[in-house]
Amino acid sequence: MSILTFRGGIHPYEGKELSKDSPIKEYIPKGEVAISMSQHIGAPAKPVVKKGDSVLVGQLIGEAAGFISANVHSSVSGKVKAVEKRFIVNGGKAECVIIENDGNFEEVTYEQPTSCENLTREEIIGLVKAAGVVGMGGAGFPTNVKLSPKNVDDIDYIIVNGSECEPYLTSDYRRMIENPELLIGGLKIMLRLFDKAKGIIAVEDNKPDAIARLKECLAGEDNIEVKKLYTKYPQGAERMLIYAVTGRKINSSKLPADAGCIVDNVDTVFAIYHAVSYGKPLIKRVITVTGDAVANPQNFLVPVGTNHSELIEAAGGFVSEPSKIISGGPMMGMAISSLDVPVTKTSSSLLCYTRDPLVDISQTNCINCGRCVKVCPGRVLPSRLAKFSARGDMESFLKYDGLECCECGCCSYICPAKINLTQAIKTMRKKALAARKK
Amino acid sequence: MAELLNVSSNPHVRDNKTTGRIMCDVIIALIPASVFGIYHFGVRALLIILVTIASCVISETVYDKLMKKKLTIGDLSAVVTGLLLALNLPVEIPVWIAVLGGIFAIIVVKMIFGGLGQNFMNPALGARCFLLLSFTGQMTRFTLDGITTATPLYNIKNGADYHVLKMFLGTTAGTIGETSTLAILVGALYLLVMRIIDLRIPLCYIGTFTLFAMIYSACHGGLDFTYLAGQLCGGGLMLGAWFMATDYVTSPITPGGRILYGVCLGLLTGCFRILATATAAPEGVSYAIIFCNLLVPLIEKITIPKSFGKEAKKK
Repeated sequence: MSILTFRGGIHPYEGKELSKDSPIKEYIPKGEVAISMSQHIGAPAKPVVKKGDSVLVGQLIGEAAGFISANVHSSVSGKVKAVEKRFIVNGGKAECVIIENDGNFEEVTYEQPTSCENLTREEIIGLVKAAGVVGMGGAGFPTNVKLSPKNVDDIDYIIVNGSECEPYLTSDYRRMIENPELLIGGLKIMLRLFDKAKGIIAVEDNKPDAIARLKECLAGEDNIEVKKLYTKYPQGAERMLIYAVTGRKINSSKLPADAGCIVDNVDTVFAIYHAVSYGKPLIKRVITVTGDAVANPQNFLVPVGTNHSELIEAAGGFVSEPSKIISGGPMMGMAISSLDVPVTKTSSSLLCYTRDPLVDISQTNCINCGRCVKVCPGRVLPSRLAKFSARGDMESFLKYDGLECCECGCCSYICPAKINLTQAIKTMRKKALAARKK
Repeated sequence: MAELLNVSSNPHVRDNKTTGRIMCDVIIALIPASVFGIYHFGVRALLIILVTIASCVISETVYDKLMKKKLTIGDLSAVVTGLLLALNLPVEIPVWIAVLGGIFAIIVVKMIFGGLGQNFMNPALGARCFLLLSFTGQMTRFTLDGITTATPLYNIKNGADYHVLKMFLGTTAGTIGETSTLAILVGALYLLVMRIIDLRIPLCYIGTFTLFAMIYSACHGGLDFTYLAGQLCGGGLMLGAWFMATDYVTSPITPGGRILYGVCLGLLTGCFRILATATAAPEGVSYAIIFCNLLVPLIEKITIPKSFGKEAKKK
């Protein structure tokens, strides 16, 4: 089997050994849960419960408010304590439904589809939508929208993104080796939506046991294939993944569907499986709690809304005082100023460093060495774009294809002058995209 | 955990390679050429090397202090400049000229434009050309074992004898660090293995120049491979192509630009060395490089790479 990849990219310290051998453990939240109404890209969901209401596990508490939006369900049973703004992972505040967990985990009776085999396309997508499934790799794009491209008949590949190229993360890996049959089940449901599509599960070659396990389960299947990817960051970036797997290239203004592909993350495919087979909403996800500051790094299946500080306790607490905690991986994750924020559908990891890797680093002048250009998977000129950003020169920024940046962070990582290139480019991209919307 | 934790924009990790580490690798790569120079030209070569480095480092320190800026000598780039300049000087150069060269390289070529990364011309070569114009006599008097000797390149130009193997090994007259092609190639190999430089600039430079010399030689009495080998091993070509044309600051950042830059260097060096009729100074590498340094912004402008997924569209 050939090993597929793209041009550019980096090889940061992987850190996966810390948690890769710990099986997924279900975590039962103790205290209240705070379920955010904006766990996805697009319009925040509209709360449909109020203070004092009793809710059950799986009950709808937030309704999708628009085309790009998603339903939100309760992950515990108990009483709604408040509907108020709370701090979330990105440092801002969002409307949250606060539920006092009664510890009984009484579930609603799910309307189980009679026979999964007989569902129509619309019914499948309807179930995915009702279950509030969103892209769990980080972006949180509503999955039902992704599954309804304009060019349904042109979809050739459904790609399950099992590359997990972000260092330290092992949640997708555990999913793949513990329940490969469910992953394949989810993929088969997706394949039923597209007549001529082939299924591909793409996995980086640092997870040989996952590749072997999936292949074993796929014996005799001729419409689904496991593809081995070269271990390199950002192999899991959507456009890089599509290129590695199919050889098709799309620029940032196109959708994967334009290249005849639908790409979904491993945990998302699990969510699709549960939504369509059992009518179960997305209320739990796998999170890797890791880093040198954590006593027992491991993987948890966590109800959405659980407070991050509970996860640290569950992982044995801190062995040393952390100075930096990141929600997500070290490359694209978000540093959080406090643990007192709830888990969302897109929280993939909680990474705790005893020593902030950036404290000792001081910035010097750009020496034009070109390392950022060499590693950039988008093949733009990061050092130039960062200069345009610093100067506020949006015209040049656009001319030099600044919008083609996927914000993967490779340029900042590799820069010997330790310039925050990604940050500068992100700042200008945000401005440029905002200006374009006007 | 009463206090707030550190926050920063992603990514939250960095590679351990710093500017200082890169400069350190360049210094390591220059050791073979320097050691050979000292062995070949004697202990005075060591003196020149130390004096020039000291001159560069002190100049940068004084400038930073006077301008009340953060001290920048920690990045080791001043050491690299000093070492490169010394390797480009003849061994009998008066010490005060070497010191002056160091001051010129750092203050005039580098610091007043904003320091490391802001200079548009290679400091060591800028200084060498300044010295060549100001002190032509001292700068072009090459000695071997105390006796004034013509450089092999001069001999090639003027139809005198030259010995290619000696040129390859470096036991000829010339500047301190340029004579031994072998020692330079060993250092260059180190740079390649450590991924400090890529092959684009040196290969395109040397390749274009070779082609130029081949055509010239073919047009003047048939292809002469001894002549070709002499041209390749002679003068500052190897030191220039591997160590000075590849200077990050003054070479293009774009992959395509590096190729074009190498080609321009090869053509210019050919013109200066082979076509020019001035027989006294048949060297053209320094001038070719500093001239091409000036072309870098233009070269970069026309070689902006196509971003991912946009290649086909523009074809």
